[in-house]
Amino acid sequence: MQTFFSIAIDAFAYGMVLFVISIGLSVTMGLMRVVNLAHGAFAMIGGYIASYAAQDLGLGYAVAVLLAVIGTVIISIPIERLLYRRIYGAPELTQVLMTIGITFCIIGIANYVFGPTLKTIPLPATLQGSADLGFRSIAIHRLFAIVCGLSVAGALWYAIEKTAFGVELRASVDNASMAAALGVRTEIIYAVSFAVAVGLAAFGGVLGAELLPVEPYYALRYMVTFLVVVSVGGAGSIPGALLACLVLGGIDTTGRYLMPEFGEFFFYLAVIAIICIFPRGLAGRAR
Amino acid sequence: MNHETVTKTARQNRTIGRDLIGIGAIIAVAAIGYLLFPDNLALLTRIIAIALLVLSLDLVTGYCGVATLGHAALFGSGAYAAGIAAAHFGITNPLLMTLAGILGGAIAGLICGVIILRAHGLPQLVLSISLIYLFHEFANKASSWTGGSDGLSGISPDPLFGVYEFDLWGQTAYVFGVFLLLAVFVLLRFLVRSPFGMLCRGIKEDPLRIMAMGASPKIALIKMYVISGAVAGVGGALNAISTQVVGLDSLSFTQSAESLVMLVLGGTGSLFGALTGTVIFMLFEDYVSAANPFHWLTMVGALLISVVLFAPKGLYGTAAGFIGRRMEKRK
Repeated sequence: MQTFFSIAIDAFAYGMVLFVISIGLSVTMGLMRVVNLAHGAFAMIGGYIASYAAQDLGLGYAVAVLLAVIGTVIISIPIERLLYRRIYGAPELTQVLMTIGITFCIIGIANYVFGPTLKTIPLPATLQGSADLGFRSIAIHRLFAIVCGLSVAGALWYAIEKTAFGVELRASVDNASMAAALGVRTEIIYAVSFAVAVGLAAFGGVLGAELLPVEPYYALRYMVTFLVVVSVGGAGSIPGALLACLVLGGIDTTGRYLMPEFGEFFFYLAVIAIICIFPRGLAGRAR
Repeated sequence: MNHETVTKTARQNRTIGRDLIGIGAIIAVAAIGYLLFPDNLALLTRIIAIALLVLSLDLVTGYCGVATLGHAALFGSGAYAAGIAAAHFGITNPLLMTLAGILGGAIAGLICGVIILRAHGLPQLVLSISLIYLFHEFANKASSWTGGSDGLSGISPDPLFGVYEFDLWGQTAYVFGVFLLLAVFVLLRFLVRSPFGMLCRGIKEDPLRIMAMGASPKIALIKMYVISGAVAGVGGALNAISTQVVGLDSLSFTQSAESLVMLVLGGTGSLFGALTGTVIFMLFEDYVSAANPFHWLTMVGALLISVVLFAPKGLYGTAAGFIGRRMEKRK
């Protein structure tokens, strides 16, 4: 029972971190049809900025998170303008190569600037330690990750389902040229959702630094995980991504707890099984 | 003789002429490599083994339009099949080891093909990535057979034809590799021009139309995957024979991604493109990573971005297109 409980909490927290990082990827992939392998690199940049701000400049955690999100979005703007613009609507292979190239460059630069060592982001005293629930205690940081993930999911749901921007976004996802013909400024929708996606990735990178440690090969190591989440959930679907994160986080964490010697064997086996059964993802719509 | 047959024979002559030029070019490059780097034949043999992997990737990506980031699974399976045959079953004849590699690669190709072809687009890519990780974890776990992360050692191939020993200088391995590459190249030239090769190109262009014509795209693609696995298996076996060790890195995601990079660098959908890309990338990697290992990844990334932006058809494709246009103009 004890083991089950700790697995459940860890899986939930891990799934929420995955969700915060990959939901932006899911939305942009559904919207712009770009296979973006560089998404993890943005999460990594966020982690590096937060670590630099908190450790070297001695700023507070909240300020570091804010700086990480804003800084990563600012870095991503020229990359989007100069490189991503050229591959919208290009064949998949081209997109894969371009974004792998971007990832490699970012890894190389991070390695040069920050060195190959692990970077930590010191937690504030309020997030350290553990909360006592009476029958069990839980690390507060795990709770914080879960709360953040749920609020991001709620905020995104509200923004997409209830606001005028959300209506235009959904229209552009369904049929971009028709939405443009009806007067939706699709470039602005694209730019805003790309910025939000990158910002969320950076936020997730900082939030998950305890579970997914920040180092130069972060972008390559977890790139596959984020891509898997999007493809299992179905590109462009928030409930799908949430479900995929919980299922995959659960499988991965359970595997690590109960059969650590098998590594990620069961994770990938589950991914293959799910995609074979649901080729469009758990919540994917037929096109 | 009517006009049609005349143009047909003319075209046949031209393609045969190009085949001969291709074979001549491979032999010439191999000889130049031998003369330029006599002390580094191990690198050249490795280039040949990877070239076989890239050729096999070209068969499914360039000719059939299947995007995969897990093609090293076929290469590594071939390498492990050849290595296990030698280390556990005492089959040390290099030709039989190559045959074991072909068999191992073809079986892995069948498994991967059946699974990868179930989806399209992003899910297909993710399936291929999951497969390569699954193969990697499996080889890591089955360490009594594969040696796990230590690598499979104890492979000592017999002298080729009982005469030429696989020694430290690697001359035998190099010449053996060149002959394997030539044989595979000639066979593949026939394959891609055969009706079956044309069918695969048709599937890449428009699978729906091929179905309407009465052919089954899926079966044709799975067949191509098995053939591709056999080719990759030759490369894997060559690597196992020449280095006498098989490591987990031959089944890695990095190897798969690098082979895709090499293919696109040279140009997809052309056997010459695959060969050109491999040679340029491997020499570039050898030079840059020796000069500055830290900036190696940045350079590769920049190279990739510039190829996508400035030479979308790959180096060979762009050069061939440029020369073709010049020739047209002159006419």
